[in-house]
Amino acid sequence: MGASGTPARSLGFVETQRVVLFTEDNPLVLDSGEALAPVEVAYETYGERTEGDNNVVVICHALTGDANAAGHHGDPTHPGWWDTLIGPGKPVDTDRLFVVSSNLLGGCQGTTGPSSIDPATGTPYGLQFPLFTVSDLVKVQRALLAHLGIKHVLAAVGGSLGGMQVLQWAFDYPDELEHGVVVCATSRLSAQNIAFSAVARAAIMNDPDFADGDYYATGKGPDHGLSVARMMAHITYLSEESMRQKFGRRIQDREEPRFELGVDFQVESYLQHQGKVFLDRFDANSYLYLTRVMDYFDLFADAEVVRIQLAKVKTKFLVLSFDTDWRFDTSHSRGIVRTLTAHRVPVTFREISSPHGHDSFLLEVPEYHKTVAAYVDRALEEAN
Amino acid sequence: MRADHDVIASLVPVGSRVLDLGCGDGSLLEELIRRGADGLGVEISDEGVIACLQRGVPVLQDDIDKGLDDLEDDSFDIVIMSLTLQAVHHPALVLREMHRVGRKSIISFPNFAHWRLRTQLAASGRMPVSPLLPYTWYETPNIRLCSIKDFEALAHAEGFTVEDRILLDEGGRREGAVTQRAANLLAAGAVYLLSR
Repeated sequence: MGASGTPARSLGFVETQRVVLFTEDNPLVLDSGEALAPVEVAYETYGERTEGDNNVVVICHALTGDANAAGHHGDPTHPGWWDTLIGPGKPVDTDRLFVVSSNLLGGCQGTTGPSSIDPATGTPYGLQFPLFTVSDLVKVQRALLAHLGIKHVLAAVGGSLGGMQVLQWAFDYPDELEHGVVVCATSRLSAQNIAFSAVARAAIMNDPDFADGDYYATGKGPDHGLSVARMMAHITYLSEESMRQKFGRRIQDREEPRFELGVDFQVESYLQHQGKVFLDRFDANSYLYLTRVMDYFDLFADAEVVRIQLAKVKTKFLVLSFDTDWRFDTSHSRGIVRTLTAHRVPVTFREISSPHGHDSFLLEVPEYHKTVAAYVDRALEEAN
Repeated sequence: MRADHDVIASLVPVGSRVLDLGCGDGSLLEELIRRGADGLGVEISDEGVIACLQRGVPVLQDDIDKGLDDLEDDSFDIVIMSLTLQAVHHPALVLREMHRVGRKSIISFPNFAHWRLRTQLAASGRMPVSPLLPYTWYETPNIRLCSIKDFEALAHAEGFTVEDRILLDEGGRREGAVTQRAANLLAAGAVYLLSR
C-alpha cells in the first residue's frame, strides 16, 4: 500500500527528454570561472503540476544514476533506479506530486559530460572537460527548472551524492527549497571515502587503454579499470551482513571449490558481473570527474560562511541514515544534523535499521519508506 | 492537551528556542510551535517519531540516555523533559546534558513520596499504582522513581537553581490546595523551572 492508501503501482512507460540549457551566448559559468557550452540535459518528469507549482519534487541522483528514476523505457523488468520510492501510491506519490529527474552535469547518460563533443575540437572532451563542483551540479538543476517555468520547489530529494546536491542547493540558494530530503549523504568525505575513490581512479587511469582519457576514437576503452573500480565500489555499497546472507562462502555453479585462481566463489562472480554490466552504461571519464566532485565537497568547511548562509536557509530537512551503511555511515548524517541544528535549521533525523548497507536507500525498506511518505505527505499538506 | 503540558506551556516565553526530550508524539511541541516557539524534539520510539513527522514537528530519533552529542552548548533557551525523567537509565547524565545545552530547563515528574503511594505501599505491601504511575511493577517503563526531595537534591548537585515549582495533582493539573511546605507529602507530581 502506498502513502495515499492506494496500492502502489508503476509509472509504466516513460521517456527521457533533452534540452540545451546553456549555449555559447549564455554559457554555464562554473565555480572554477570556466565557461562551459553547450550544456544539454536529459530529464524526465512524472505526474501533473498543480497550479502555483505547490507539488514539485526534484530528484537528485547519486554517482552513477540517470534521468530514469522511475517507470521504465520499454522493459518493465528494468524500472528506473528509484522506482521503489517514486510512482503512483509510493512515498514520492506521482498521483499527487510533479517529479523532475535529470542526469547530472558530467554524466554520460544524456547530459553533457566528458564523453560529449567539445565544440572547440569537434571531438569528445575527454580530460579537457573542466573540473566542476556540487554547486555546479545545482546550477544545472536550477536551469532545468527555469526552463520548465518552475519557480517553487516543494522538496529536493537525493541519496548519497544526490543528498549532497540537496544540501548544497539549500546552502547556495537558501530560500528556494521548502524541504530537503537527504538520505545516507555527507557534508564531506572522510579519508577512507577518498581513499576508495583514489583506488577507483587509479584502476581506470592505469589501464593501458585509458589513453589519457582520449579513448573514444580508439575503439577500446579502460574497460578493465572501470570494471575493477565498479567492483570495488560495489563492495562499499553492501554490508558485511548482506554479503554474508547473499553469498556466504558459496561456490559458483557447484558444491566443491575448484581450487583455482579464476572466479570460484559466488561473490566473485557477482562482482565480476556488476563490473561488466557497468561498462555498457557508464563512461570512465565521467566516473573520474564525478568521484572527484565528491572528494572535494566540503560544505561546512568555513565556519563563518556556514554561519552567514545557514542563518538565511529557509529549507526544512529530513536527514536519514542506515545502521549498516559504512560508505557514509550514520556519523556523516549526524554531522549534518549537528551543524544544521546548531544554526537553527529545522531537521528531522532518523537512523533506519536495514541490513543492506549504503544500497538501502535504493531498496524497499519499510520503515524508511514510511518515514519519507509521512514527511512528504505533511510537506504537501502544509503547502496546500 | 495533556494537563501537565498546559502547565509547562505556561512557563515557555513566546519565541523561545525549545528542545523537548522524550517528546513522544510531538503534541507539546506542536502546541509550543503554534504559540510562536522554535522547537525540536528528541524521541526514541518509532511510533513517536512518525507521529512527529505527521505533525510537522522536527525531531531527532535518539536515546537521551546516551547524551545529546549532536547538540551544542547553550543552543536552546529552554530544554523540556516532561514525565520522562523517571524512565531514563541515567538521570544525572541527562540533567547534566540539559544543563549544558539549555539556558533553562523545565522538568516534570511524578512524586513517589505522595501520601497515596506511601499508604498503598504501607497498607497493601505491594508496589503502588496511580494515575501518573499507571503500570504494574513488571511492565513499567518507570525505573527511576524519586520524590520531590530526591529530585531537588540531584538538581542542586548538578548545578541547577530552582526558579519556580508548580505542584501537580493526580490528573497532572496544577495543584492549588497544597502548600509548598507539604509538597513532598501532598503533591502527586511537580513541574520545575530550573536555571543555571
